[in-house]
Amino acid sequence: MTVLNSESMELHSSEDIVLVRQAVRKKAVALGFGLVDQTKVVTASSELARNMLNYGGGGTVQLEVVQNDRRSGLRLVFEDQGPGIADIEQAMKDGYTSGQGMGLGLGGAKRLSHEFEILSKVGEGTRISILRWR
Amino acid sequence: MASKEKLAEILSKRNSHIIEKWLELQLAGGKKLSAAERQETTRQSRDFLDALTAAAKKGSIDDISGPEWNRVREILTDLSASRAKGGYTPSETAGFVFSLKRPLFATLLEELGGDSAALGEALWQVTGLLDALGLLTTETFQKTREDIISRQQQELLELSTPVVRLWENILALPLIGTLDSARTQVVMQNLLDAIVETRSDFAIIDITGVPVVDTLVAQHLLKTVAAARLMGADCLISGIRPQIAQTIIHLGVDLTNVTTKATLSDAFAIALRRSGQAVVKAEKRAAGETR
Amino acid sequence: MERIPILKMGEFLLVTIQVDMHDRLALTLQDDLTSQIVKHKARGVLIDISTLEMVDSFIGRMLGSIAAMARLLDAETVVVGMQPSVAITLVELGLSMQGIRTALDVEKGMTALKVAVLDTWEDADDRTEL
Repeated sequence: MTVLNSESMELHSSEDIVLVRQAVRKKAVALGFGLVDQTKVVTASSELARNMLNYGGGGTVQLEVVQNDRRSGLRLVFEDQGPGIADIEQAMKDGYTSGQGMGLGLGGAKRLSHEFEILSKVGEGTRISILRWR
Repeated sequence: MASKEKLAEILSKRNSHIIEKWLELQLAGGKKLSAAERQETTRQSRDFLDALTAAAKKGSIDDISGPEWNRVREILTDLSASRAKGGYTPSETAGFVFSLKRPLFATLLEELGGDSAALGEALWQVTGLLDALGLLTTETFQKTREDIISRQQQELLELSTPVVRLWENILALPLIGTLDSARTQVVMQNLLDAIVETRSDFAIIDITGVPVVDTLVAQHLLKTVAAARLMGADCLISGIRPQIAQTIIHLGVDLTNVTTKATLSDAFAIALRRSGQAVVKAEKRAAGETR
Repeated sequence: MERIPILKMGEFLLVTIQVDMHDRLALTLQDDLTSQIVKHKARGVLIDISTLEMVDSFIGRMLGSIAAMARLLDAETVVVGMQPSVAITLVELGLSMQGIRTALDVEKGMTALKVAVLDTWEDADDRTEL
């Protein structure tokens, strides 16, 4: 898989979440995603962006156009230096509340994506990557 | 090393001779070509040979992926794609490159005849080079054909399952044939779009014509019903044959919240009732009676 | 500060969400609707999302909250015009929009609201029959 181009955004407020959604929509349209695919990746980005803001203290979002064999896709990487997630499995369950519920965020984003990866260390931060092929 | 320069030199020096012989070979063989095609082939051959000569001077003969070979690869990619679209066979397309071997070898023999080591080396290099370039055309050819096929599949998909307006406010989607995941998704999207376009509160998905329903298809059906509900429309499923009913139960698919009927007409009757409509018998009028 | 306008149509309130809302705007809308329902003694709220190209779990929950709050204030809610791609995505996301009434467009939404309001009147009648 090759990364054709990459764009980085900072996320520190709820207005930034809107900017991320718009940037993702733009990239998806440029890649020729169908309307449903666009909506899925934009919605997934909104879920993860909000999570990162609310539970990770904000962070960066990387938007990457990738290519593999004959298909192209959009990969989004959400990285923060927040408290990290102690129990990832629990966090992935829908409606999960730890007093700080991530609700559908993680599970939902995973269902809306073709590929999903999460790395998290308590006290260090979290890195979530999702990918949707065209 | 010496022979690489030698090769480039020979290609330059004997360019017109090689072109002449090569074209003779291409335009004589097998396929009947129109005047336009002959012109096209001539132009492509000249361009290709020039680009090949330039690349041989600058770049490595063993590696055609380098930037010096960009122009050559470009020419071959265009040629291959247009031949794929034009109905040529893969052999006819790769043949463009392979047919260059004969005139090229003949020329090398003339130039390097006295030095058998140099000749051997040159022949070896040229063979490797043209083989790699010929294979390149095959790959592009295949890719172009695959793109055409997938575009046609898409068009077929869109044509094959029309949404039918059964009545005011009621749509029907008669599914026929085997459903694969991709087809089902497209079909379902079309149905939801039709619901919006026609402002229909009811849609009936009829699966009478579907021989097999697997988990994926059943899930797509359920998702469509759920999506239609979210939009404010009601979705019914009809045409569930006994075997399909069994399969669905065994798959553990939960249809309790979905209205299902054995026949399309039963589903239609329900939709009519729910939409506050009814079909009534027309009154018979005696002949000559006016309203 | 920007707000989403709320129109009064008889005994109903009409809200058209046209912008890509950031979270604060959504919360302001919730507050505004609550006060407007009380102020006008509205019996129904119609939320038009026909130009919304995305509804995530936050907006979905906002719609649910609005419907719940409205009911506490004796008003019915209907959400209209959800786009197919949004609906498909919401289903995939797994968001349950239970308790939220939906309709295809404003006209059908109005009809649904009128029926819903009538139903609650009938319920009220039943209840007083002791």
